[in-house]
Amino acid sequence: MIHFLDITRETCPMTFVKVKLQLARMDAGQELEIILNEGEPLENVPHSCEEQGYQVVSVDDCGDGKHRVLVKK
Amino acid sequence: MSGHKKISIVCFSGDFDKIIAAYTIATGAAATNREVTMFFTFWGLNALKKRQGHSWLGKDILSRIFNFLMGGRKSLPLSRLNFGGISPMLMTSMMKKNHVATLPELIEAADALGIRLYACEMAMQILGVTKDDLVDSVQEVVGVATFLNESEDAHIIFV
Repeated sequence: MIHFLDITRETCPMTFVKVKLQLARMDAGQELEIILNEGEPLENVPHSCEEQGYQVVSVDDCGDGKHRVLVKK
Repeated sequence: MSGHKKISIVCFSGDFDKIIAAYTIATGAAATNREVTMFFTFWGLNALKKRQGHSWLGKDILSRIFNFLMGGRKSLPLSRLNFGGISPMLMTSMMKKNHVATLPELIEAADALGIRLYACEMAMQILGVTKDDLVDSVQEVVGVATFLNESEDAHIIFV
C-alpha cells in the first residue's frame, strides 16, 4: 500500500514533522510517496528518513522545483 | 523515541516569538530523530497554563496579581513591538498566510512527537502555580538536578 503526502506548501519544521508522523502511523513494509520542494526539504527529508532506519527507494525530479521521494518503512 | 541524539531546551522566556522559536527547534529536532526535552521555568511557564488568558492563579495576593498580569498562552507578548498585545495576533495571521506553523500547531506537533515537557518546581513555588494549573502534557514537575541528569548527553539550548 502506498501512502501519499504533499509537503510543498509546508515550511520548516512542519515538513519534517508531517513526514515523521505519517511514517509513524504506517505499518512496516508500506511505502510513502512524498512530494516536496527543492532546497531544505529535498536536502534533508530523505536524509532524515534514512537516519530513522527507513529506506529511500527513489528520488525523482517532477519539474517546477518539485521532487517525488518514495520511502519504504 | 529511539534517537541517541538529544536536545534539551530551557524555556525561560514567556515571549511569544521566543516560545515559537523554542517549539520550532523542538519539533524540528524531534522530527529528525532526536530525543527532545523542554524545561519551562519562570516566564516560560505561562505557555503551559491550562487557562490561556489572564486568570487569578496562585495562593496569595502577590502571586495572583503576577499570574493575572502575565496571563497564559494567548497573552504571550512579542519581545519587541508588542503594541499592547496586538502584534502577536498580527504575527499569527502573517504566519498562517505564509503557511508557517502557528504556536497552537507547533504545540500540537510537539505532543504528537512525544516531546517531554518538564515544569520547574522552584518557579512554580514562587508563582504559586500547581501541576493542576498546567496542561496535561506536562510530564513532571522537576528541579534543576533532574533536568541536568536527563540532559547529561544532550545539547542544552536556553531560550
